[in-house]
Amino acid sequence: MTANQVALAYLVASVLFILSLRGLSHPLTARRGNVFGMSGMALAVLATFAVTRRLDLALGALAVGAVVGVIVSRRVQMTQMPELVAAMHSLVGLAAVLIACAVVDDPAAFGVESPIPVGNRLELFVGTFIGAITFSGSVIAFGKLAGLGKYSRLFSSAPVVFAGQHAVNLTLASVMVGSGLLFMTSAPEAQWLPFGVMTAIAFILGILTIIPIGGADMPVVISMLNSYSGWAAAGIGFSLNNSMLIIAGSLVGSSGAILSYIMCRAMNRSFVSVILGGFGGAEGTVAAGHAQKAVKAGSAEDVAFLLGNADSVIIVPGYGLAVGRAQHATKELTDKLIAKGVTVRYAIHPVAGRMPGHMNVLLAEADVPYDQVFEMEDINGDFGSTDIAFVLGANDVVNPLAEQAGSPIYGMPILEAHKARTVVVNKRSMAAGYAGVDNPLFYMDKTMMVFGDAKKVIEDIVKAIA
Amino acid sequence: MTPPIDHTVINLTVFVLAVFVGYHVVWNVTPALHTPLMSVTNAISSVIIVGAILASGSGGSGIGAILGAVAVGLAAVNTFGGFLVSQRMLEMFKKREPKK
Repeated sequence: MTANQVALAYLVASVLFILSLRGLSHPLTARRGNVFGMSGMALAVLATFAVTRRLDLALGALAVGAVVGVIVSRRVQMTQMPELVAAMHSLVGLAAVLIACAVVDDPAAFGVESPIPVGNRLELFVGTFIGAITFSGSVIAFGKLAGLGKYSRLFSSAPVVFAGQHAVNLTLASVMVGSGLLFMTSAPEAQWLPFGVMTAIAFILGILTIIPIGGADMPVVISMLNSYSGWAAAGIGFSLNNSMLIIAGSLVGSSGAILSYIMCRAMNRSFVSVILGGFGGAEGTVAAGHAQKAVKAGSAEDVAFLLGNADSVIIVPGYGLAVGRAQHATKELTDKLIAKGVTVRYAIHPVAGRMPGHMNVLLAEADVPYDQVFEMEDINGDFGSTDIAFVLGANDVVNPLAEQAGSPIYGMPILEAHKARTVVVNKRSMAAGYAGVDNPLFYMDKTMMVFGDAKKVIEDIVKAIA
Repeated sequence: MTPPIDHTVINLTVFVLAVFVGYHVVWNVTPALHTPLMSVTNAISSVIIVGAILASGSGGSGIGAILGAVAVGLAAVNTFGGFLVSQRMLEMFKKREPKK
């Protein structure tokens, strides 16, 4: 193949990538979209093979990676998707760093002039540090999501903060930029030291910027790292003058940025405040004012009786459903209620769970049809005319305090479960939610609390429904 | 004669246009599919494998080739894992079956 033919193949691949994202606008077209994505990738790889002189190393490594990828994609549980995505972001980040090192080592092999022009050096510098931050940041995010906090404090799902944290980060970032500038202007013999220092600091910064961010802010973090991995790919595309890499990287970068924005908006917090971290760290401040208030606790049988006699039920799933892996039991409960003539729908808050769309995937896995599952804006008006709102392991996203000026979560859009005629809440304990704010919903006269692991509780309810 | 346009300028043109396309396409993605969106975009970002293949097969110095091969392996996990897990997820999104 000539260079022009390869470039045209890359153009087709780029269009296929765009069509792949386009397909995700609806569940019916989404699978076709994914096939477009695969075809684009296959075309890109084959075209590259056609112009590569030595294939043995690449084919060997490709085979190993493919086997790992196939096994992982088959074995992973749907509840583990956040961890998987974080792990995969880290791989892209590390690959970007390695490629950048290879370019610095031998620019001619990539068709880049030697010594590398200043413009390309800037691009290498940017691509490398974004790649390095993506890698180490994603490793930390993976650890937090996979619950590795018991092995190292770095992976604790509570924010890790220390005095002078932001000053340290700022200093490191300045040194990193300084080294990058030095790398841009240094002679080829002296370029490795600043390049190495810059990369090493970027790895450290990736760790330091993610550790202060707490568990429930993970939807933002994971979207942000998604975005970074795209920018890293685009940065490498700039260094190699490869339009396809730039296009694919920009698609991914903007996708992640939009998701981060949507997640922040759904928590009514600014991106900056999420990134600076430390939110939700004060677990000790639980509910001083409400400590004496009584809640009405019920048994699974009580809930079964209520649900069985209702006309309409809206289920509000949250992280507790994912932790308890209760999606299948929930589907069973739904089927039983529908068989009794009860209308059952699901209401999904954008930040429910640990990543964007987390609840939708879990419900889909349990065979809940997607037309029973509603987004917040589409169903919020219906709570008032609903008999029972059944809150499953969600907390802050149904907290009516969000409507009260002065509360820490004021302004956060919530699912208006409190407007339903009766509210049933399943939680493991009375601990406050992530935001450290008590939830008045639990103390309302029309609310019944049913404590316990989501799966166990729902299975008991299913048994109790006649 | 004017000198030819610098690569960086062409790259920047492509970049800015691609960001616009990405912006408009992604806002059209239904929120229910945000998790598959992340895994698909993640798989797409593994297109970086192209750079890795070039590095591994350049026939240049040994170090660059080995770094490239490692990068090919890492990116390939994403390419295969990312698209296949997306397919697995998307298979699950079904409509309500018509009542018999």
